[in-house]
Amino acid sequence: MTGHVLEVAGLQKAFRVGAGNVVACNNVSFVIPPGGSMGLVGESGSGKSTIARMLVGLEAPDAGSIHVRGRQLGTRERGRAARLRRAKEIQMVFQDPYGSLDRRLTVAQCLDQAMKLHGLTSGAARVAELLDQVGLLAKHGDSKPHQLSGGQRQRVAIARCLAIEPSVMVLDEAVSALDVSVQAQILALLNEIRASSGIALLFVSHDLAVVSEVTDDVLVMYRGSIMEQGPTGRVLNAPEHSYSKLLISSMPGPGWDPKDVLQRRAAFLEEVGV
Amino acid sequence: MSSLSTSTLASTPVIGRKKRDVAYLVSLGFLIVVVAAALLAPWVAPYAANAVDFTAIWQAPGGAHLLGTDQVGQDLFSRLIHGARESLLGPLALLALATVFGVTIGTVAAWNGGWIDVVLARITDVMFAFPGLLFVVLVIAVFGKGPATAIVALALAYAPVIAKFTRSLALAEMARPYVDAYRVQGVGGFFLCVRYIIPNLTPPLLGYLVVLFGEGLMSLATLSFLGFGAQPPSSEWGLMVQEGQSGIIQGHIWPTLVPGAAIAAVVVAVNVVGVRLSDRLNSRFER
Repeated sequence: MTGHVLEVAGLQKAFRVGAGNVVACNNVSFVIPPGGSMGLVGESGSGKSTIARMLVGLEAPDAGSIHVRGRQLGTRERGRAARLRRAKEIQMVFQDPYGSLDRRLTVAQCLDQAMKLHGLTSGAARVAELLDQVGLLAKHGDSKPHQLSGGQRQRVAIARCLAIEPSVMVLDEAVSALDVSVQAQILALLNEIRASSGIALLFVSHDLAVVSEVTDDVLVMYRGSIMEQGPTGRVLNAPEHSYSKLLISSMPGPGWDPKDVLQRRAAFLEEVGV
Repeated sequence: MSSLSTSTLASTPVIGRKKRDVAYLVSLGFLIVVVAAALLAPWVAPYAANAVDFTAIWQAPGGAHLLGTDQVGQDLFSRLIHGARESLLGPLALLALATVFGVTIGTVAAWNGGWIDVVLARITDVMFAFPGLLFVVLVIAVFGKGPATAIVALALAYAPVIAKFTRSLALAEMARPYVDAYRVQGVGGFFLCVRYIIPNLTPPLLGYLVVLFGEGLMSLATLSFLGFGAQPPSSEWGLMVQEGQSGIIQGHIWPTLVPGAAIAAVVVAVNVVGVRLSDRLNSRFER
């Protein structure tokens, strides 16, 4: 329990789909050290977003525990105090920068209300400080979301997390909706925030190149289970598990052949016996 | 070539918008005049609402009486202006009441889902299956006739309509990630609905409510016409139509036509404004 900012043990979640169950998360355990950065990769439907949503309390796990800074988070918060305590520990940046901000509020109002909710010092000075921290100008505080670009909105979403001063920030495909050059800026910003604030990151993505930019360690998931786990550089360069190999070889690049990928995939599915 | 294509591209929607703008502005202007007349009735109306003049009954429009007189010589124009107060305040009160119920029910159903949603859906279905006017007449039969009963009864009939509309809007709104973002911040369900979701529903809801106002006005006038709503000596428009109809057989159409036309004109104007308003508000907020 000591030394880790986030500790997830035996996390389990199944969704009822029609008559059967789909296991979105099967006995998932991992830890993130303070200021650490963990990548969670896998194809669509591998359960990575479900883990992210369970961490922030949007889904309740069927079993397992989540500890932040040694304190266990409930599976379903009842009451205002418990809700706020959880929120104070873990914040999340969503995939869709166009929908994740309330279109009625200005940026400053959005940040202000988050801070007031948690009884933190708010006000224009703090808002300007937060905007500066995410690379926005003070004048952006008066903007409504629709006046900002996708990258700017995602910066606001990050500022909104920082406003609450959490110990862990979950980024669920946070740069997937942005174009490549903006992606690079946001990734650089995240590295900077991690270095300066010590907030641990859990970076959920299907994009291996993005994950290699911002994470120390990586978890490779397939159908709700962890296939491989290790330092990002090692896993991406020398994958051991056959699914990791498949995932990495599926990445488009020079000499990449979709037909070859499909063949490898078929071979893998045969191997795991599905 | 390029100038041609840009000019056609640019001009077509502008012309369409201008045409609609004329209808919108005329309707809005008309409604403002009507509301102003209603507010200033004692000063604007040339006669008192119930000033009887047996020397001038059933007069055609023109002369001393702008829109003519009825069977006891009351000035129709003055009655219209005085009656506008009740005719407009009625649907306003009805809508306010129905909105409070409807928005609450619709939001609760959308937020909680599950059995609460099912129960509320069944209740609204029953209300839908029941002819609105029949329901209202039933309520009036139990609680007695009069404008207040008519308004409350109609509000109960309108609430499910608003609830259904609110529920569908709220479901779409709750699927937006910003709602999850608020939950992750630790905002509780009640606060989230009242402070963030409902205000975001207001623009589409407002346009719809304006259109419903026209319907409400017509329904209340209908009830008054049937004798369940406004009672004499009121000059509520539906009641005026009812009182005037005795003259039709004798060829005196003005006492019926004048209030009837007023109802129709206001309803049409309200509809035009409502539709335009919801377009405007939605295009501003749907981003």
